[in-house]
Amino acid sequence: MNNKIIIELRNIHKSFGELHVLKGIDLSVREGEVLAIIGPSGCGKSTLLRCINLLERPEQGQVIFDGKNLLEKGIDINHIRARLGIVFQSYNLFPHKNVLDNITLGLQEVLGMSREEAVALAKEQLARVGLADKLNAWPSQLSGGQQQRVAIARALAMTPRAILLDEVTSALDPETIGEVLAVMKALAKEGMTMIVVTHEMGFAREVADRVVFMDQGMILEEGPPERVFENPTHQRTRDFISKIL
Amino acid sequence: MFDDFLSITIKYLPRLMTGAVSTIKITAIGVSLGFGIGLAVGFVRAYRVPVADRILRTYIDIIRGTPLLVQVFFIFFGLPNFVGRPIPPLTAGIAAIAINSGAYFGEIIRGAVQSVHRGQIEAARSIGLSWFKAMRHVIWPQAFLMALPSLGNQFIISLKDTSLLAVISVEELTRNGQIIIAATFRAFQIWLLVAIIYLIMTGAAAYILGRMESRLSRYVYR
Repeated sequence: MNNKIIIELRNIHKSFGELHVLKGIDLSVREGEVLAIIGPSGCGKSTLLRCINLLERPEQGQVIFDGKNLLEKGIDINHIRARLGIVFQSYNLFPHKNVLDNITLGLQEVLGMSREEAVALAKEQLARVGLADKLNAWPSQLSGGQQQRVAIARALAMTPRAILLDEVTSALDPETIGEVLAVMKALAKEGMTMIVVTHEMGFAREVADRVVFMDQGMILEEGPPERVFENPTHQRTRDFISKIL
Repeated sequence: MFDDFLSITIKYLPRLMTGAVSTIKITAIGVSLGFGIGLAVGFVRAYRVPVADRILRTYIDIIRGTPLLVQVFFIFFGLPNFVGRPIPPLTAGIAAIAINSGAYFGEIIRGAVQSVHRGQIEAARSIGLSWFKAMRHVIWPQAFLMALPSLGNQFIISLKDTSLLAVISVEELTRNGQIIIAATFRAFQIWLLVAIIYLIMTGAAAYILGRMESRLSRYVYR
């Protein structure tokens, strides 16, 4: 993988009060790469993901996206966020808007598209996640898996340069996890740059180009999935993987 | 006692209706201003804007901690000493209703905004919406629906509160009732009529609010 680096984190530190959650993270992601971040709960993997689009602001370090440090003054973070999609564990669809308008809101209000353009693009993205027929449904009428696919479509519609997925299957019923993973696999195949915080080891193993193992706010190990899963160098990684597989 | 009720009603209803119209106007203007105050107060307090939050908390404490009648007297009789010229009763009355309802609206709106799930603002900001647009398109519509029953309640309270303005001779419904009674001594009939007119106004308000609520909540559990 020799594509250019699209996201680079340098020495990221983040604390919540006394709690030092991220202790100097360095990480880079190349265009088209699928990066899986794994690790025990509380290791800081979600916080790390949220630092990339500045939903959390690191106290120290640099977040470089497309060659620009997002922590510098004068950066239009709203425009950056539009190009850095994020999907949450709890979907966070807008309950007062139907499926279509969940997607068109950002297109019209952030990217300045006309209603017609936005609707056309939204329909296209819904078809991509297999929900073309749910256009006029309310989020409350959809299953968890369907809601999560709408959330993915909402992020994709903004034509992001990369997409961040924060444990997107953790809140789902077992029988709907598959449909969301299928969408993610298809995205990876299309060459979308993805950073995936996940407990789905099967997915990480099969789809990720690279796996990062985090523990206690630090990256302990990273490498191709075969190596991290089959031949981890750290005892901590070994323990974690033996417990979860 | 009831024999001349009809003739009294016919004779004095127009004057009472003039008062009722005035009550509606005072309520509409006062509550609209109060709602504007409440919006600002609610968002500032929900997001704990430094300094402003403390100032507005003091405002709410003062309004909630003192009787509306005292507030009306203070604005109408007290403030002119300070500003050096009289304040017309209607202006003072509308100001009192606005300032009073503003504090209550503010607390209602603050609670509703705070009760919108945190994930909503995150989702809104993460697709690139500015804070203001996130409030307008995502947070406020949800908060408004949640607040609607309490907002409606406060609206009806403020409508009835306008009757206190009779004491500074604003010619609204209650005051007009007093004037008619002073001339006719028909206290029973006139107060009954006044009460019925209030009931019709508050009933209509409650009906409209209920309709609004069911229309807006169409996305909840269908």
